[in-house]
Amino acid sequence: MNDKAKAPAPAGRAAAKKELPEHLKAYKHVWVFIEQERGQAHPVSWELMGAGRILADKLGVNLAAVVVGARNEATQAVVRESFNYGADLAYLVADDVLTDYRNESYTKAMTDLVNAYQPEILLLGATILGRDLAGSVATTLLTGLTADCTELDVDAEGSLAATRPTFGGSLLCTIFTLNYRPQMATVRPRVMPMPERVEKPIGRVIEHPLGMVEDDIVTKVLSFLPDRDSTKSNLAFADVVVAGGLGLGSPENFQLIRQLASAIGAEFGCSRPLVQKGWVSSDRQIGQTGKTIRPKLYIAAGISGAIQHRVGVEGADYIVAINTDKNAPIFDFAHVGIVTDAVRLLPALTEAFSKRLSPHQRDRLAS
Amino acid sequence: MIEERFDAIVVGAGMAGNAAALTLARKGLKVLQLERGEYSGSKNVQGAILYSDMLEKLVPDFREDAPLERHLVEQRFWMMDDNSHTGLHYRSDEFNEERPNRYTIIRAQFDKWFSKKVQEAGAVVLCETTVLELLQDAYGKVIGVRTDRKNGQVGADVVVLAEGVSGLLGTRAGLRKTPDKSNVALAVKEMHFLPQETLEARFNLRGDEGAVIEAVGTISQGMTGMGFIYTNKESISLGIGCLVADFEKTGQTPYGLLEKFKQHPSVAALIAGSEVKEYAAHLIPEGGFKAIPQLYGDGWVVVGDAAQLNNAVHREGSNLAMTSGRIAAEAIFQIKSRREPMTKENLALYKKMLDESFVMKDLKKYRDMPDLLHIQAQNFFLTYPQLVSKAMTNFLRVDGTPKREKEKTTFRSFLAARSLTGLVGDAVRLARAWR
Amino acid sequence: MHIVVCMKQVPDSAQIRVHPVTNTIMRQGVPTIINPYDLFAIEEALRLRQKFGGAVTILTMGPPSAEDSLRKALSFGADRAVLLTDRFFAGADTLATTYALATAIRKIGVEFGPPNIVFTGKQTIDGDTAQVGPGVAKRLGLMQLTYVSHIDNVDLEAGTIDVERRSEGGVQKLRSKMPCLISILEGVNEMRIGSLSDALAAARATIIKWSAQDAGVEDITKCGLRGSPTIVKRVFAPKPRAEKAEFIELGDKPGDAFVDELFKRRPKLEAELGQLTRGY
Ligand SMILES: Cc1cc2nc3c(=O)[nH]c(=O)nc-3n(C[C@H](O)[C@H](O)[C@H](O)COP(=O)(O)OP(=O)(O)OC[C@H]3O[C@@H](n4cnc5c(N)ncnc54)[C@H](O)[C@@H]3O)c2cc1C
Ligand SMILES: Cc1cc2nc3c(=O)[nH]c(=O)nc-3n(C[C@H](O)[C@H](O)[C@H](O)COP(=O)(O)OP(=O)(O)OC[C@H]3O[C@@H](n4cnc5c(N)ncnc54)[C@H](O)[C@@H]3O)c2cc1C
Ligand SMILES: Nc1ncnc2c1ncn2[C@@H]1O[C@H](COP(=O)(O)O)[C@@H](O)[C@H]1O
Repeated sequence: MNDKAKAPAPAGRAAAKKELPEHLKAYKHVWVFIEQERGQAHPVSWELMGAGRILADKLGVNLAAVVVGARNEATQAVVRESFNYGADLAYLVADDVLTDYRNESYTKAMTDLVNAYQPEILLLGATILGRDLAGSVATTLLTGLTADCTELDVDAEGSLAATRPTFGGSLLCTIFTLNYRPQMATVRPRVMPMPERVEKPIGRVIEHPLGMVEDDIVTKVLSFLPDRDSTKSNLAFADVVVAGGLGLGSPENFQLIRQLASAIGAEFGCSRPLVQKGWVSSDRQIGQTGKTIRPKLYIAAGISGAIQHRVGVEGADYIVAINTDKNAPIFDFAHVGIVTDAVRLLPALTEAFSKRLSPHQRDRLAS
Repeated sequence: MIEERFDAIVVGAGMAGNAAALTLARKGLKVLQLERGEYSGSKNVQGAILYSDMLEKLVPDFREDAPLERHLVEQRFWMMDDNSHTGLHYRSDEFNEERPNRYTIIRAQFDKWFSKKVQEAGAVVLCETTVLELLQDAYGKVIGVRTDRKNGQVGADVVVLAEGVSGLLGTRAGLRKTPDKSNVALAVKEMHFLPQETLEARFNLRGDEGAVIEAVGTISQGMTGMGFIYTNKESISLGIGCLVADFEKTGQTPYGLLEKFKQHPSVAALIAGSEVKEYAAHLIPEGGFKAIPQLYGDGWVVVGDAAQLNNAVHREGSNLAMTSGRIAAEAIFQIKSRREPMTKENLALYKKMLDESFVMKDLKKYRDMPDLLHIQAQNFFLTYPQLVSKAMTNFLRVDGTPKREKEKTTFRSFLAARSLTGLVGDAVRLARAWR
Repeated sequence: MHIVVCMKQVPDSAQIRVHPVTNTIMRQGVPTIINPYDLFAIEEALRLRQKFGGAVTILTMGPPSAEDSLRKALSFGADRAVLLTDRFFAGADTLATTYALATAIRKIGVEFGPPNIVFTGKQTIDGDTAQVGPGVAKRLGLMQLTYVSHIDNVDLEAGTIDVERRSEGGVQKLRSKMPCLISILEGVNEMRIGSLSDALAAARATIIKWSAQDAGVEDITKCGLRGSPTIVKRVFAPKPRAEKAEFIELGDKPGDAFVDELFKRRPKLEAELGQLTRGY
């Protein structure tokens, strides 16, 4: 949607909804791409099923889950699970060529499905996989794609109204894809509520062939290193994050952040200047040019809360800020503020949490 | 050292540097201008008021495309105490002339525009390039500069130091002394954004009209200093500055002063509901005539704030900077066209030309002002504003006290605070310094 | 080796303000910068050129003022810069953008030799879609390698490239073929400061400016607003969070006081934190 937000389309054109071309009228139903890597469905897919259900009900159409993956039991399990999250039917492309995500094969599977069964709305998670796939699917289909949405709705005429942040979060915009089908959108994880899972029998599953063999695919996966085997940060998916900023004053003091993080099982992160100064490695940077995090608890110590930092943490459920300056901008969006010297408070927090979270610890400390 | 040599290197792309580089390039000299900021103006702080006359000499048709905010039609002077101000307003429709004399500008934008003109004139402008030191030959003649870039040495016949108030390069090269703390003010400034309609209503402005408020009084907590409020198109520039030496003595912080200034009821109403962006601090050379260092030497000249060319009393700086930059360039061009070397003797021409201009004449006129204001800071910035406020309250409040009694009270309060000789002395001293 | 880097000039989002009444963007004085993500792409391209020789071409679609950013890219040491600028491109969404960029890259291929690699940044800070890279790849039929965190090996002879790619739950090591499009992950390298001679050359360089016609655009209706399937109907400021932070005082046993306060306010957290720490 690049330049559009700067110069919103003239009202005349934006408002003009042409009659949908005849060949696009056939496009019906809401689809959700169920993202799975190695048999594990990404939670965002179920969140999207919840959102998709609402859209489908408003439009009076079906909600379909789209599963693409290896021909194995894990993929079947994902298909079954999709019915527990409200699918009326499921489309399946199962082929061992699809064991690992690769753009070529997944794009083919998705575009073939769309061309064959013609959905009006196609939703994907705004994850790494989802963004990689959505971009090439939309370009192949020559249709509109609204990225990274935070809100979905349908207007009175049944068009998808996709709302997303723009300009680093300073603004929101609502985008329509009026005269093209399908209307595609990716949605950020943890934005839509997780719907309730209701045990249901498996429904109609429509299988479609991939029509591609391994030799057709140029890109080969040499190996896969899962995150749990690496020391790399897992910030984006962490439930609890503790981060420090320039207010800590020195790289030594940053250790206090690591200590608190390890005491409460959190990931640690930092603001950009710390990366620039070389105190912390760049995969720990949180914010616009770093990681976007959506933890249940975020503790920020000595971080002023500049807009570029803010956009990376705003999705957190609960934000605690520690800062010596009661006027620091971070207090504008934190839930709880403590005006004090973080260097003094952090060790006290580490100790208190350790005591509280593992009762045995206390005994050990005492002895 | 890279092989290419330049006729002149200009260090800094502020008002002075841009004026110098533009003039040199227009005269056909091969000019390299170096600026440490991301772009010309990215680091520059100013109130800011632009005086047309000096810019017209450089870019006669600047009004066509320069990013100007508002032309000034009203000037207010406020004498403030803690919760009141006594004001003098001057507003005239004559300022709505075809070629207005004063404009507010935002330096970041203005300098960028100015720099484009310099580039169009043919100078090579390199930003994000910091000059680390001057290169001197065995005899101390300046022959080029060393920058922070790889293979970063480059030579020129003459280096124009337009590096602004800190003047580090000159100091480091031993060409001048570090400016005295009592000669330098530290100003802090914020931009407060308001919808244009709100701003215009609050200041009673129409179209591109602008107003300026300059304020002295208890806001500077007894230090030598001044607050200012300038209207831009959709923002207000607001700041306060005091001498660095005074900050050290009183332990006040610039930010603390600014906060108090903003909270003053007369100010708070003007900025209510605004969105603050851009907090900046910057030094202003305020030593005046007596603080001006050596202005030229073998292979170098110094212009603008780096040369302490600033008229604190009238809050003029950018015009002196532009003028000194232009004059230095003209002097260099004259020497160059005579095919003579850039020696100290020859570059004395710059000083001679500057002496004949308003720059030196004005600074000379006010040569005693900085000292006076500094020594008498308590009286001028604390006692008098309070007394005036008291007098005004007394005068305006209708409470059954006979008028003659009121006058007496006022007079007595002045005398109590400042003996008769003190009062007369202050007036004489002020008049003398102004002369 | 010929490398094309797609770079965008964007408004510095830190400086953007929203008009409180009309909810429109107040652009006055908002400085523009090189999209920070694209700096990593430029640097990666320069490193490859250092290793394999060849040339780096920077490509931007944008207003004439984007010349400043291109010049800056040249000062890092890039060989040439192409500015795709035309009023027909205005208002482009990602689909229309990829059409224009792909067309220009084809033309660059004809003029300066076909690229082995096209780089993009991960995403822009204004559009923030991460879609343009995949779109350009698709239109040019290039192999698509997004979120690349490391280029392990380039075999020019065999035309293969090995990369590490960030994927959802880990890192994929991939072997693919050139020509390919790589969107590079942030933080994978550090931008160099160009030498003084590079900077001088950049200041004097001629930026290649192409209109839609110059670039060889055949169907103008696929460009800009007209070629964009998405329509922005409404732009508005997010609702500010009603309350600011609630300040809490912690007294002389701040650690315990804090933990008490936290769990009092968010009782669920106690159990969740307990679970997290058990693993440690
Ligand atoms: C294009 C662009 C992209 C950017 N991307 C990012 C990004 O992704 N992430 C990011 O974080 N930044 C980013 N920035 C930088 C951002 O603008 C800020 O400069 C940065 O976030 C400030 O970091 P900070 O809060 O650690 O430091 P500061 O702003 O210096 O704040 C330090 C804070 O610590 C407080 N403090 C001082 N001492 C103590 C103490 N003893 N105890 C407690 N508090 C104390 C101070 O009151 C202050 O509020 C970006 C900037 C640009 C231009
Ligand atoms: C708060 C405030 C309000 C003011 N209000 C007014 C006003 O209303 N009207 C008025 O006329 N004047 C005003 N002034 C004064 C005016 O701003 C200055 O006099 C004027 O900017 C001086 O211009 P200059 O070119 O000498 O210095 P500057 O504008 O400071 O430019 C110096 C340049 O040199 C660069 N530089 C420095 N060192 C190096 C280096 N080593 N290598 C490369 N580049 C370097 C800097 O980045 C900068 O761009 C005000 C000043 C302040 C601080
Ligand atoms: N107008 C443009 N000109 C050149 N490259 C662009 C343009 N827009 C986007 N790109 C490239 O595509 C990447 C992703 O952009 P986006 O899809 O807007 O997030 C950016 O990092 C750039 O490398």
